[in-house]
Amino acid sequence: MNLIENVSRRHFLGTTLSTGAFVLAAQVLPKSAFAQDPGVRTRAQGAALNPSVYLGIETDGKIYIITHRSEMGTGIRTTLPLVAADELDADWSFVTIEQGLGDTKYGDQNTDGSRSIRDFYDAFRRAGAAARSMLVSAAAARWKVPASEITVQNSILIHAKSNRRLAFATVVADAAKLPVPKDEDLKFKSKADLNFVGKEREIYDLRDITTGKAAFGLDTFREGMVYASIEHPPVVGGSVKSLDDKAALAVKGVRQTVTLPAPKPPLMFQSLGGVAVIADNTWAAFKGRKALKVEWNDGANASFESEAYKAQLIATVGKPQKVVRNLGNVDAEFAKGGKVIEATYSTPMLAHAAMEPPAAVAEFKDGKCEVWTSTQNPQAAQETVAAALGIYKKNVTCHVTLLGGGFGRKSKPDFAAEAAYLSKQLGKPVKVVWNREDDIKFDFYHATAAVYHKAVLGANGKPTAMLHRSAFQPIASTFAGDVEYPLPFELDLALTDAPYDVPNIRAENGPARAQVRIGWFRAVTNNFHFFALGSFMDELAHAAGRDPLEYLLDTLGPGKVLDLKAQGVEYSNYGAPYDKYPIDTRRLRRVLEVAGEKSGWAKLKSGNGKGYGIAAHRSFNTYVASVVHVEMDGRGGFRVPRIDQVVDCGVAINPDRVRSQMEGAAVMGVGLARTGEITAANGRIVQSNFDKFQVARMSDAPYQVNVHFVESGALPTGVGEPGLPPVIAALGNALYAATGKRARELPLSKMKWT
Amino acid sequence: MKLTVNGTAHDVSAPPEMPLLWVLRDLLGLTGTKFGCGIAQCGACTVQLEGAPLRSCVTPVSAAAGKRITTIEGLSKDGSHPVQRAWAELDVVQCGYCQSGQIMAAVALLAAKPAPTDADIDAALSGNICRCGTYQRIRAAIKTAANLRKGGRA
Repeated sequence: MNLIENVSRRHFLGTTLSTGAFVLAAQVLPKSAFAQDPGVRTRAQGAALNPSVYLGIETDGKIYIITHRSEMGTGIRTTLPLVAADELDADWSFVTIEQGLGDTKYGDQNTDGSRSIRDFYDAFRRAGAAARSMLVSAAAARWKVPASEITVQNSILIHAKSNRRLAFATVVADAAKLPVPKDEDLKFKSKADLNFVGKEREIYDLRDITTGKAAFGLDTFREGMVYASIEHPPVVGGSVKSLDDKAALAVKGVRQTVTLPAPKPPLMFQSLGGVAVIADNTWAAFKGRKALKVEWNDGANASFESEAYKAQLIATVGKPQKVVRNLGNVDAEFAKGGKVIEATYSTPMLAHAAMEPPAAVAEFKDGKCEVWTSTQNPQAAQETVAAALGIYKKNVTCHVTLLGGGFGRKSKPDFAAEAAYLSKQLGKPVKVVWNREDDIKFDFYHATAAVYHKAVLGANGKPTAMLHRSAFQPIASTFAGDVEYPLPFELDLALTDAPYDVPNIRAENGPARAQVRIGWFRAVTNNFHFFALGSFMDELAHAAGRDPLEYLLDTLGPGKVLDLKAQGVEYSNYGAPYDKYPIDTRRLRRVLEVAGEKSGWAKLKSGNGKGYGIAAHRSFNTYVASVVHVEMDGRGGFRVPRIDQVVDCGVAINPDRVRSQMEGAAVMGVGLARTGEITAANGRIVQSNFDKFQVARMSDAPYQVNVHFVESGALPTGVGEPGLPPVIAALGNALYAATGKRARELPLSKMKWT
Repeated sequence: MKLTVNGTAHDVSAPPEMPLLWVLRDLLGLTGTKFGCGIAQCGACTVQLEGAPLRSCVTPVSAAAGKRITTIEGLSKDGSHPVQRAWAELDVVQCGYCQSGQIMAAVALLAAKPAPTDADIDAALSGNICRCGTYQRIRAAIKTAANLRKGGRA
């Protein structure tokens, strides 16, 4: 096997692994978090005391903690170090946070799936506890007292009996000579002794952000760097037929053009190809690009028409499809007759539109490549760059900058591969800058979907049988080319895991072939699956003539752990072990009950142009209930005066950052439900900037978002995504309560709301 | 071309139609001002020209020549401007990318209206998109900053 084949093969396997816990139950943690690695040294690793890849302490008492997950607004860069610092009993002002390079020694680094806390909480606790234990042992030896008599506060070791104190700095050198304690010998602090976990803490980068010093991918500068702007084929899979770059080259500051190779299927994270304009600055590159004359070979995807496609999806869910969950006998129950309710919902494609468009700087030299980029997934960036250059992954260094938003887009490092390819061609550092039009026209889109629901109501209007059926462009298509069915995980997000206490349930999924790149967007397929499910449950409540909250609680039953395996579902559970993170409907009930209390649900009376809606969903192992208020403006539109979000994420490590994620999800949920829509004609994306792809602005965002916590004491789970799905459904339910009109199609702006 | 940015005079060689944003970022290395849309739709590139908010992504550099330009880097030496302090106090930011523009828009608003109402804030800030959805805290921070200024604690 030659090098290229070898790299490609590695690339495929590697990329598949790095796409997330969703796709495969990949090994999440490094083989040994305490293994020393001779590779790139961090200050943490270079420190005198270095019991873990995540943490080091210098002889001056400075503490270096690595964050290997990407910061895109959740606060994770601060939160994981807080966990380690707490177990260490560190003085937080002595802590320096280092951003980890892409490196398998840290374990998984793909910052998606709301799993950084779930998967690395223990690893960071262990890092802190191991260092603390070694420092305590060193002090015990120095003082000749039992280690059990020593306490630690703010980086000070204390022997109360003899009233002696030592700073960490004074015993670091001694501690470094001791063996690193085994995981099973580590002792963790009790909840009452925690100083940082559960307390509000400002994020590490806050002051740099408010003063303009914070460095995002687009802010990277390398000496001798040139700037590139790329004209991609307007249709995915297209290629350059002819190029006339004379006018482009005449633009002041433009140096040359480079034609990028067209990708070979499956597309994965490869560049889409096209023509790069290389210039002395970004503006010259943009201007040169406008002057390019390119003719394209469009290829087969030019036939993509999103409206006709959506109609096809709706037809697909109108017919029996592949069964992906089966409990009892739905057909027999339907055959008995009774009150049958049916509804079909549809949703459009969406673009991520993070505020920072994709950007990367690459420097290829001596067969190796260094990349600086806003990536959620530095290991995939290494793999993708390696494949694009035909070099080994170990020869690619990926520096992770701050990300100006991500929402899933920046798990896909096509832009880093472009910078690397161009740097190799040009022999100098290259910054690739996508403009907003590139970002919106060449995204890995959130799929368009159709979802059909049918139920028959029994005593008290409770359903005795439910049928759920969906069809949507599969994420799988980005990785395996010509496929028409999703990966199992795509179905496990609010299709196969509907949690209601109903004796007969069947879920089905139909085929859909994608003609654009499809990717994961914050909350992924939960967004359309749960918009439909959360709306349908509300439809059932109204059909039964019952209060929606009371109906949801009744339909959930008394609460239990669901056994989906018995119903033919190999449930992927967001990549988490089911015994530790099961679907527990008691927790779903609890967030609903608290939502009822905190929102004053019993006193909220819809009518007179006002409406209130409720929904609750477990996603990413976290439980969230939303209560949305709407107020009609009398002109066909509405405003959202208030949303209450109730979250059970087990342990809220930095409650302020949990709150901020729930607030942000409420804003994004309202925004994308109201106006979010990407369409395509002749295989070309129609929208290109914020004028046509409208996102929430201050004036139409929810005015007030209140966040409430349920402290279940369960294992800590993530909060980046779970706040989004219930908001969308609860908003539709509130609109129904206000107007009697049911939102079965998004965006809501398609309907006149009066 | 002579440009005065944050009180410092620069002699810049750029085509007159080059947007101020790219002069600041690529030629002067002032990367605190952000690129978001390029068509004055999102506000990430907001700076001040003679104290008034300006979308630098659509403003030719020639229009700013000889005038007083203030960017996020020039707001204070140490992050002590009342708006910056209010932003920190309320932990406004999430990813932080749009916040330079939000802060610059807020500073301009408070200069014009020292005690803005919700409607004033909506009107002044709705041109600034935050995809993370920090609007509620931005609104609260502007009110906090107004109090900081009023209280003479600025």
